[in-house]
Amino acid sequence: METKFDFKEIQGREERLAPGHRMCAGCGGTIAARNVLKALHPGDKAVIGNATGCLEVSTFTYPYTAYEDSYIHNAFENAGATMSGVETAFNALKKRGKIKDNYKFITFGGDGGTYDIGFQSLSGAMERGHDMVYVCYDNGAYMNTGIQRSSATPMYADTTTTPAGTQSAGKTQYRKDLAAIIADHNVPYVGQTTFIGNMKDLYTKAEKAIYTPGPAFLNIMAPCPRGWRYDAPEIVNICKLGVETCYWPLFEVVEGKWILSYQPKEKLPIEEFLKTQGRFKHLFKKENEHLIAEYQKEVDKRWEQLLTRCNA
Amino acid sequence: MAIKERMSGNEAIAYAMKQINPDVMPAFPITPSTELPQMVSNYIANGQMDTEFIPVESEHSAMSAAIGASSAGARTMTATSSAGLAFMWEVLYVAASNRLPIAMALVNRALSGPININCEHSDSMGARDSGWLQIYAENNQEAYDNFVQAYRIAEHADVKLPIMICQDGFIISHGVQNIELLEDDKVKAFVGEYNPEHFLLNEKEVCSVGPYAITNYGMEAKKAQAHAMDNAKQVILDVAAEYEKISGRKYGLYEGYRLEDADYVIVAIGSVCGTIKDTIDELRDNGVKAGLMKVRVFRPFPGEEFAKALKNAKSVAIMDRAESYSSQGGPLGSELMAAMYRAKTKAETVNIVYGLCGRDVSVNDIKNVYTQLEDVAAKGAAGREYQYLGLRD
Repeated sequence: METKFDFKEIQGREERLAPGHRMCAGCGGTIAARNVLKALHPGDKAVIGNATGCLEVSTFTYPYTAYEDSYIHNAFENAGATMSGVETAFNALKKRGKIKDNYKFITFGGDGGTYDIGFQSLSGAMERGHDMVYVCYDNGAYMNTGIQRSSATPMYADTTTTPAGTQSAGKTQYRKDLAAIIADHNVPYVGQTTFIGNMKDLYTKAEKAIYTPGPAFLNIMAPCPRGWRYDAPEIVNICKLGVETCYWPLFEVVEGKWILSYQPKEKLPIEEFLKTQGRFKHLFKKENEHLIAEYQKEVDKRWEQLLTRCNA
Repeated sequence: MAIKERMSGNEAIAYAMKQINPDVMPAFPITPSTELPQMVSNYIANGQMDTEFIPVESEHSAMSAAIGASSAGARTMTATSSAGLAFMWEVLYVAASNRLPIAMALVNRALSGPININCEHSDSMGARDSGWLQIYAENNQEAYDNFVQAYRIAEHADVKLPIMICQDGFIISHGVQNIELLEDDKVKAFVGEYNPEHFLLNEKEVCSVGPYAITNYGMEAKKAQAHAMDNAKQVILDVAAEYEKISGRKYGLYEGYRLEDADYVIVAIGSVCGTIKDTIDELRDNGVKAGLMKVRVFRPFPGEEFAKALKNAKSVAIMDRAESYSSQGGPLGSELMAAMYRAKTKAETVNIVYGLCGRDVSVNDIKNVYTQLEDVAAKGAAGREYQYLGLRD
């Protein structure tokens, strides 16, 4: 499915995540949700879901909601299963002639609710083939509870449960590659993206995810100024460096075929990404230089794996 | 004409499910309720019903998907037992607080450990504060009748709460007994169409479910939920009265068996009541004024009605098929004794924990309970007010 990208038309679309919610200034999760919802064609109906997390508690605080569409939040670990129930209800009511309109089903979870506690629920929903999109806004930690490590947290990040200290250099493990795991469910569409340029990559992937029949998964790197410790306006630069260092490659998996969305002309060293964020500050002490070298090795290894998968 | 059949409790409930033909059923296998999703799947596979079945990957997802489906406007059901219900625990509260009239066929089984597949009420009693209605059956006939009445109660405008229709694992669920089934058209007409007021897929308005509510609103939501539970008592009676008209079978909040003039009364839930009734008949032949108060509705807890029914008893044994580890007895014991205290009921009480992990209860066991009740009444003191029945030496 090739889609046209008309920046003005898309940005001119009515907001489906209304302003006035209580997310932090410069929050990546909000940018992700707002722009994914922009990919819905005007006039198309949708049911939006949330796992418990920053996005949920800040956008639907009784008696206010920021959503223009029907919306459901259930709990932390069950956004996948919950939306699978909504989608099945749609099929049942449609079959029985109780509703006529069509709906799209899009649910959002943070990395904690997606990579970790909601992993089983997501896997089940993807495997069963529900016509829905699961969007992970990956900010690399449990930000809502105060920056605890998740399986999406990058290696050596200083979090409140992997604090850097005299005996610790932060999280010891690298990240779980969730997009690849969901791709191995053989779902029709998986996309990994972040905020680059005029959002073309994010928008086109969101549109494909929403309008490809069957289950789709979007993984969006969504920086968190609080957890990553950077000045809010830096977000665009950080996302760019994430991509240019190949820490966060842009790719999609369409019907099992891996496609690289962007290949940096010159792959930047990982410290260019790391040095923008306070959570990696300890790595730049003299005695920790070898850790950055190790980091580079891991990034290179994973990038090579991806190139192999993409036949690039 | 009603259909005379021989069926197990699971077969009977599955038959009711087929007749009601709800929109959606998410379910996950667990002994002894596994047969329910199996039988429903078979009915669907053979075109006898067209419910959308979701073969979820866990009970937590079964209840989560049920919440999604019910919020979306679908009449929704599920089935589970024991650990499955325990795994749903978190989201049982979500279903109730979102006021979703989901019907669950619960086949009561012990919670671990030791791991045990047999009957106990520890699963549903563990969920007694989750905000679900709970109705219990003595046999397959009651399990069927209760399930046919379930949606009328749960979906009632004054209630809008999820409902658990409970039957004893294996004893009822797998025991084959005679049963009288209603014709399909009668069930369909009785249950009616589901027309929710607000739902996600309402084409006329958008709807939001499951907000974050802080201290300024949360408490009112809980009170409204408690109010719905209060309302449910009358609705259960009204639905039962209507059901009697099409079935000829009478249901209430409890069933009294030779209770009116009884001096010695056992209060119990579920299949053990059959054994108790047999024992009563034998004791009555010997001049012992024994009686039974069988609890049908546990949520809401009809404390006033129960205490009133026990006002003439000299002594009462409250039987719990669940431990609560309070060192004070089981859940039915605690709640009923509190209600009797409020009503200033004069009877002495004993709380008996029985049948755990499927331990069988015989007529002789029950006779011993009545002997104890005579003794208690004669002495005017209950002695050990919390004890186990049928424990190995």
